[in-house]
Amino acid sequence: MGAVMTEEQARGPQVGVHAESVTIVMEAVPVVAPVQPVSFLVDLPAYAGPLDLLLSLIRDEKVDIYDIPIAHIARQFLLRVRVLQLNDAAEYLELAARLLRIKAQMLLPRHGEMEKWEDPRAELVRRLLEYQQMREVVDILERRGDERRSRFARAWLQESGESVAAPLSLSLGELLTAVDRILRVTREPTVHTIVARTLDVAGAIAMVRSVIAERRNARWGELVARDAEPWQILSMLLALLELAKLGELRLAQPRPFASVEIEHDSSGEAA
Amino acid sequence: MIHLVKLLEAALFASPRPVPVEELTALASEASPAEIASALDALRVHYDVDGHGVELAEIGGGWQILTRAEYTEAIERAQLAARPQRLSAAALETLAIIAYRQPIGRMEVEEIRGVAVGSILKSLQERALIDVVGRAEGLGRPLLYGTTPLFLEQFALRHLEELPRADELAIALRPAPQPL
Repeated sequence: MGAVMTEEQARGPQVGVHAESVTIVMEAVPVVAPVQPVSFLVDLPAYAGPLDLLLSLIRDEKVDIYDIPIAHIARQFLLRVRVLQLNDAAEYLELAARLLRIKAQMLLPRHGEMEKWEDPRAELVRRLLEYQQMREVVDILERRGDERRSRFARAWLQESGESVAAPLSLSLGELLTAVDRILRVTREPTVHTIVARTLDVAGAIAMVRSVIAERRNARWGELVARDAEPWQILSMLLALLELAKLGELRLAQPRPFASVEIEHDSSGEAA
Repeated sequence: MIHLVKLLEAALFASPRPVPVEELTALASEASPAEIASALDALRVHYDVDGHGVELAEIGGGWQILTRAEYTEAIERAQLAARPQRLSAAALETLAIIAYRQPIGRMEVEEIRGVAVGSILKSLQERALIDVVGRAEGLGRPLLYGTTPLFLEQFALRHLEELPRADELAIALRPAPQPL
């Protein structure tokens, strides 16, 4: 690398010609023999990768892609990698190493018949051509993509892939089949033995009748004790509903969760 | 005929995606494919000649009503609709390789581009421009990627064959390696 930089400095200011993007002025760090510090003016395009960088170098340097002066291009490549501070991008360094390897191979003396000798650059050329061809396709895609982007379709923003959910329509049969399917996969139900407590609806009716006969009206809270057991509460509820059905009582609840008011129904008596 | 043109126009207006000809044909069972084709042509001419703000475009294997390009800026300025974001150069390169070589694995894409493409593949897949289309036979059975109908749609392509063939490009690409 050191030798590369020295040679570079000896060649004088290097001017990269690139349109757009940032322009930086960089002082080349004298590596071996400090000559006059040279300013490099390099425009920074955004490279899509090491092959992109290499290809634009070949274009800028106007060299034949089938006969790349590897030593010169490798030097330029390393220089740009350094200037663009791409040193930490492994992919650029990998290609740089590859270039240096090709350069070394080119220096090796060729033995034997010439036909068997394969140009060490061949593989690189093939990759570059392939990459360049792909860039051509990119240009096409870019142009067409821009064309399409400049025209709106209906509901462009909704094109996230999810389809509109239709309102749920189910028949009873389908619902039951679904329930059946779920029940089938659940394990055997645990069987509990429940000791039934018989409700004493008749007893509750007798009690309500006696209270109402005496007071004409009552409240739920007065009929059911605070510590009543569920069976007693249920008995009372059923008794009240039964009496209301028979027309002996009127039940009223002024607002939700308020205490139920129980009143003797006189209309039934009149009839 | 007038009825058919109106029916097709209504169907194309209702659909957010390009409608394939087969679906348009199914829409009007009494009409022959030739009648559908000439009705589409009549609608296109109607938009172009009578002067409408929209046009009929054949895209992604179907037909779609699109606004005319000259009104895009005004529409976008009024924030009635937004252009989708442009893809980065790296994403376009990856997409171009997949479009030509599909089905193709990550490794082969990386070999051509010379850089890692894992995250780009993921974001292209999230944008539904590419999808996993299978697995290669080789070691580890790597995923193979291909382009989606949305890719055709967003690049205004009728079908993949509309892209120039590899040998029509300025520099011929080597043929895709034969699967073993």
